[in-house]
Amino acid sequence: MIGLSHYLIVSAILFSIGLVGVLRRRNLLMLFFATEVMLNAVNIAFAAISHYYGDLTGQMFAFFVIAIAASEVAVGLGILIVLYKKHGSLDLDNLASMRG
Amino acid sequence: MYETIAFYLFSALTIGLFLVTVLSKNVLYAMTALAAGMVLISGFFFILGADFLGVVQLIVYVGAVMALYSFAMMFFDATRDIKEKNTPGALVFLLGGLSALVLVLIFAAPIHSDAVHAFYPVHEGVGNAQDVGIVLFTKYLVPFEVAAVMLLVAMIAGIILAGKKMDKSLTEDIDADDEIMKQKDTK
Repeated sequence: MIGLSHYLIVSAILFSIGLVGVLRRRNLLMLFFATEVMLNAVNIAFAAISHYYGDLTGQMFAFFVIAIAASEVAVGLGILIVLYKKHGSLDLDNLASMRG
Repeated sequence: MYETIAFYLFSALTIGLFLVTVLSKNVLYAMTALAAGMVLISGFFFILGADFLGVVQLIVYVGAVMALYSFAMMFFDATRDIKEKNTPGALVFLLGGLSALVLVLIFAAPIHSDAVHAFYPVHEGVGNAQDVGIVLFTKYLVPFEVAAVMLLVAMIAGIILAGKKMDKSLTEDIDADDEIMKQKDTK
């Protein structure tokens, strides 16, 4: 039988995959993808806790996380396009302009 | 029984697809794997009885967010492999695993599962969509409206940021076009 801890373990694995992506990649678009992975992992944990405790609050929070992710993507892609127009690449090493 | 099979199938596929997303060199592979993984995550929601959340995940994530990403692909050259100087893998895997473990411990430590009681309990015999609707439009009405305003702000910001200098092409090489025109002129 599948319990709450199964879902939480899957969620933790997915979250660490996203974290590895954020730490490892240097391309901004790939950083966005890794962020989406992390947000989805958290949503699984919310839905699982909501199911196993019979409480709807977890699902509510998952909805707001989805809304925030949608607006993050809209603004972030606009910023990416502006950066690509200015620098011609999305690599973080090329974008570092505040080197001390 | 079916729940168990579905859970293990979905979790194995999701982990594999997200690994492809994070480790792939090609943007198109990464994006396709991410979209497929999100479809499977909505499968998790359906198993957990959160039907409305699963449908919203399908519509918003797979339908809107991934479509937005694929539209953005038109601005960037997606066919080329990404060349980047990656941080060394073993160190990153160690750091990522450790910090995820620390996060899990921080959030799991104060939970006494007996002391948790449901604020807004799930009603028996009522569909998930009705239940969610009642809670969302009574207890969570103000955050809902704030989220609506935030989406409006994000839409305006996206249009203004992406809409500047829309007449200039990003991927086309203007000098190459000039050379082709010159060659035509000399002929």
